[in-house]
Amino acid sequence: MENFLHQVLSGLATGGIYSSVALALVVIYQATHHVNFAQGELAMFSTYIAWTLIQGGVPYWLAFVLTLCLSFIAGILIERIIIRPIENKPIFTIVTVFVGLLVVLNSVAGWIYGYAIKSFDSPFPSDAWYAGRFMSAHDVGMIAVTLAMLALVFAFFRFTPLGLAMRAVAENPVSSRLVGIRVGWMLALGWGLASAIGAIAGMMAAPIVYLDPNMMGGVLLYGFAAALLGGIGNPWGAVLGGFIVGVLENLAGAYVVGTEIKLSVALAIIVGVLLLRPSGLFGRRLVTRL
Amino acid sequence: MTAPRLGPGVLAAFAVLLVVLPFTLSSYHVFQLTMVVIYAIVLLGLNLLIGFNGQISLGHGAFFAIGAYTTAILLDKTGIPYWATVPVGGAVCLVAGFFFGLPALRLEGLYLALATFALAVATPQLLNYHGVAPWTGGVQGIMFAKPDSPLPPLDPDQWLYFFCLAVAVPIYITGWNLLRARSGRAIVAIRDHSMAAAAMGIDTAFCKTAVFGISAMYTGIAGSLGALVTQFVAPDSFPIFLSLSFLVGIVVGGVGSIPGTVFGALFIEFVPNVADSISDAAPWAIYGIVLIGLMYLMPEGVAGLYRAWVARHARHG
Repeated sequence: MENFLHQVLSGLATGGIYSSVALALVVIYQATHHVNFAQGELAMFSTYIAWTLIQGGVPYWLAFVLTLCLSFIAGILIERIIIRPIENKPIFTIVTVFVGLLVVLNSVAGWIYGYAIKSFDSPFPSDAWYAGRFMSAHDVGMIAVTLAMLALVFAFFRFTPLGLAMRAVAENPVSSRLVGIRVGWMLALGWGLASAIGAIAGMMAAPIVYLDPNMMGGVLLYGFAAALLGGIGNPWGAVLGGFIVGVLENLAGAYVVGTEIKLSVALAIIVGVLLLRPSGLFGRRLVTRL
Repeated sequence: MTAPRLGPGVLAAFAVLLVVLPFTLSSYHVFQLTMVVIYAIVLLGLNLLIGFNGQISLGHGAFFAIGAYTTAILLDKTGIPYWATVPVGGAVCLVAGFFFGLPALRLEGLYLALATFALAVATPQLLNYHGVAPWTGGVQGIMFAKPDSPLPPLDPDQWLYFFCLAVAVPIYITGWNLLRARSGRAIVAIRDHSMAAAAMGIDTAFCKTAVFGISAMYTGIAGSLGALVTQFVAPDSFPIFLSLSFLVGIVVGGVGSIPGTVFGALFIEFVPNVADSISDAAPWAIYGIVLIGLMYLMPEGVAGLYRAWVARHARHG
C-alpha cells in the first residue's frame, strides 16, 4: 500500500512535466492546428541555456527567469521566420518542417554541448522541510512550479486583453482580424508562450532524466499522450491528461509491464485514444464542413 | 501530374551501371552500394504510402526493424537458408502493417504521423524488453555469419549486392505496375480527395489499409536484406532517427516520384558518411536543414528539378 501511494505521488510529480509539455502542444494546436513535433527539442535546448547560465554563476532562479524570457523570444522568432511561410501548406509540408526543426535543434545541441550526459541540479534542496516520506523535495517543488505556472497561464488567458485576443484568434481567426486583432502576431505570441512553458518542463525534467540532447524524446511522447487523452484542443484536459498519464505510467511501470518498456504505455495510450475516442476525454468533437 | 518518362536509353545505361559498378569498387564501397539498393526499396514503399496515398508515416523504422529481426531470429534459431528469410520478413511486415494500418484508416494525416512517430520512439525499448530477450538477444542483439557466395567469381559482398538487386528489381516493377494500373489511380484519388474517391466507388478503407500493408512489406523486405548485409541486429540500430532519415530520403528524392527514390537512397547513404568527418552532429544538422530548406525551395525534390529541366529543354528544343 505504501509503495502504491509512493508510485501514485511520484507519478503526479512527473505528470506535472507531461502536463507542461501537453499544455505547450495545445497552445500551438489551438491556434494553428499544428502539432509541434519539435516541442521536446525546444524544451531541451532551453534547458541547455539554463545549464549554461547556471554554470556561468547565475543563481538558479534568475537563470530560470532568463531562460523563460530567451525561450519566449526564440519561440516568436521561430514562428516568424520558419513557420509563418508554410502556415497554410499541406500537412505533409508542415510535418516535415517540424521534423526538420526537431532534427536541427537536436544536432545543434549535440554540436555545441556534446552527447555526454550532464547532471542538472534541482533547485529544491533534498533536506527541505517539504520533503516527505512519499515525495522527494524535487517532486513537491515540481508540482508547485507546475501549479503556479498553470495559475499564471490561466490568469493570462482569463483576465488580460491580450489573452482574450489570443483566445479569439484560436476560436475564429477571420472574425478576429475583422475586429482588429493582429492574428499573425497572436500566433507568434502563442509560439513564444508554448516555448516558455516547454522550457519549464525541460528544467523540471532535467534533474530526473539528466541533461542530454535526447532527453526529451520520451517526455514528448508522454506529452502527446497527455494532450490526446485530454482532448488536444482543450488546455484543462491536457493538464489533467498529463497528471493521469504520469500516474498511469508509474503504476504500469511498477506493477504491469516493468520499467523497461514504459514508453510503450505512451504508445498504447496514443493509439488507444485515437481509436476509441479521438476527441479525448474532454475535447469537443470536430465537425468540418465540406 | 505526369512524370517525364525515362527513355529506354537512360534505363539501359542505368542497368549496365548497376551491373558493372560492383566490379570496380572496393568491398566497403560495394557494401555501401548494397545499402543504397536496400534504402531504395524502403523509400519506394514509403513513397507509395506518403507520396501517392497521402498517408504520413514517421515510423517506418519499426517495420524495417521487424523485417531485420525476423531474418536474424530465423537464422539464429532455425536452419532455414538465408534467402528464404526475406519473404518471411516481408510477410510478417505485411501482416503487421495491415494491423497497424487498420487504425490508420480512422486517423487523419496529422494523427497518423503522431501515432507512427510514437511507434518509432517506442521500438528500441520494445526490442529490448526482457520478455522477448530470449528471441531478440536483448541489448546485445543477434549476430550471425555472412552468407557465402554460391558463384565463385563473386566475393560475398558482391554476391549480396546482386542478391539485393535481384530482390529490388521485381519490387520496383511491381510497384510501378501497381501505380500505373487501376489500383494506382485509386491510390492517388484517395490522396487527392478521399470523399470523392469513395463516391466513385473506391473502397477507401480497404485501399488505405492495403497500401499501408504493402508499404510495410516493402520496408520489411528491405529490413531483412539489411540484416543479411550487416549480419547484426540490435535495438540501437533502429532509433527514431532511422525513421526520420527515411523521411529525408523521400523529401530529397521527390514526394510521389519513383525514380526519385534512387536519389533519396544515395543521399541518405552517402551524405552522413561525408558529413561525419566534420562532426558527429553534422549529418543530422544537414538533414534538418535539407528537410526545411527543400520544403521552401524545392518541394518536389530532385525529381521536380529533373522535371523542370526537361520542361525547359523541351521548350527550347
